[in-house]
Amino acid sequence: MSVTVALTLDEALTALATDPAATVLAGGTDLMVELNGGHRRAASVVAVNRVRELRSWRHDPAAGTLWLGAAVTYTEIAQEPIAALVPALAQAARTVGSPQIRNAATLGGNVGTASPAGDGLPVLAALDAVVHLASAGATRDVPFAEFATGPKRTVLQPGELITGVTVPVLHGYQGYSKVGVRNAMVIATASACLAVDVASRSVRFAMGSVGPVILRAPEAEAIAAAAADFDAGTIPSEVVERFGAAAGAAARPIDDHRSTAAYRRRAIEVLARRLLARAFPAGAPIGGDA
Amino acid sequence: MSPTPDAGEIGADHVGTNQIYVLHVNGQDREVRDAWVGESLLYVLRERLGLMGSKGACEQGECGSCSVLVDDELVCGCLVLAATAVGQRIVTIEGIAPVGAPSDVQQAFVDAGAVQCGFCTPGLIMATHALLDRSPEPTEYEIREELSGNVCRCTGYGRIIDAVQRVAVARRGATSGGAS
Ligand SMILES: Cc1cc2nc3c(=O)[nH]c(=O)nc-3n(C[C@H](O)[C@H](O)[C@H](O)COP(=O)(O)OP(=O)(O)OC[C@H]3O[C@@H](n4cnc5c(N)ncnc54)[C@H](O)[C@@H]3O)c2cc1C
Repeated sequence: MSVTVALTLDEALTALATDPAATVLAGGTDLMVELNGGHRRAASVVAVNRVRELRSWRHDPAAGTLWLGAAVTYTEIAQEPIAALVPALAQAARTVGSPQIRNAATLGGNVGTASPAGDGLPVLAALDAVVHLASAGATRDVPFAEFATGPKRTVLQPGELITGVTVPVLHGYQGYSKVGVRNAMVIATASACLAVDVASRSVRFAMGSVGPVILRAPEAEAIAAAAADFDAGTIPSEVVERFGAAAGAAARPIDDHRSTAAYRRRAIEVLARRLLARAFPAGAPIGGDA
Repeated sequence: MSPTPDAGEIGADHVGTNQIYVLHVNGQDREVRDAWVGESLLYVLRERLGLMGSKGACEQGECGSCSVLVDDELVCGCLVLAATAVGQRIVTIEGIAPVGAPSDVQQAFVDAGAVQCGFCTPGLIMATHALLDRSPEPTEYEIREELSGNVCRCTGYGRIIDAVQRVAVARRGATSGGAS
């Protein structure tokens, strides 16, 4: 086994070009568990968590976008100034593992693992994030919705590195909610992100742990967008109910050792209603359009 | 060029080479010899460097018994590939205070009865120092949140929280006393 500690993007890409079969290691909070447990083997490792370019982030106010390097940690994302730009991602970050885990765990690692339960992922899905990939001499951008092809399966090719993710900086409420068996250190039984974009008059809703990949709920989104008064910040309360039902209908949960499909679908209905009610706190009488 | 513990062959055999690399632990450069480069920092600290203070229990980041600082960040030693920590500042429980002269946090754990079997204690001491360095006057909620990565099966946590609060109060007293 060999270990390369890259300090620059160039070093990382060169190491991967020389040895495309190498395993990329970031914070190690997924990979080291597998290596320690003997569930995964690595002939060679390229460590990228100290790569300067990947540890940085950039807000472009003119474009209304935020670029987050792959090695930015969840501890950093949970705090200002990133938290103010993508509040839902910061909320999701705060639910990841424990302080020790968040200090090491990176956004790129969460994306790379592509678990349906990854807490950052419903937020990236709701925001229509773009995943940036690079290999020696080439780069490509993949819409987040196309990055994962199944549970822990992605379009990432050997020798390819996730360099970062771009998300829009939206104006409007955004929130992340997660159901699990306890408050700390817990994998989501079901999770959801809702993001309002006042400018495009859209409501985006994405769900985790209820399908092979992160799912959006387009019908629910359309119901909410059609009924919401984006200027007044209100929505008829009966729409909140319909929104929850449509979100639950879009889930594709399974029974497994963590929960049942029925419970997960129910959890999504409740999370969806709660998040929409938070997004439009004023509410409005049934049938009202004031 | 990578500033690497650029270890030997890449092979199907997972028993690695005997590459020597250097870790900076508790202010000293320590050579790691006869080690496989796939070993975790926890394993290297205990089995290669003889630092037995960091405990190994779950080996999957859930229990916090192996908490150490790497470049001032509290992390689980079991989830750090040791060879990647070359050139970083590593602080273990042994680096917190010399034997016989406990830190204020260590003393408070003793005074508050926050130590029972003691297995989780080194990790909790590391986490408490990290917490109080960052947030000198934590609320109880914050203490519970910040120590949520450290599992204790004996105390029920009440006395641990008490110990943390004692340190916060004592440090505040020391600061205001010094200022007056
Ligand atoms: C105790 C514990 C609790 C946890 N709790 C949660 C939780 O609550 N929520 C949650 O979402 N996750 C949780 N996790 C999982 C893990 O912390 C996250 O998935 C984390 O974001 C992984 O990031 P990492 O940097 O540690 O990834 P690593 O373990 O370093 O890598 C993960 C995978 O991604 C690949 N990879 C990493 N970076 C790149 C890159 N730049 N380019 C290409 N591939 C890359 C690696 O090859 C590997 O396959 C937990 C883990 C532990 C051990």
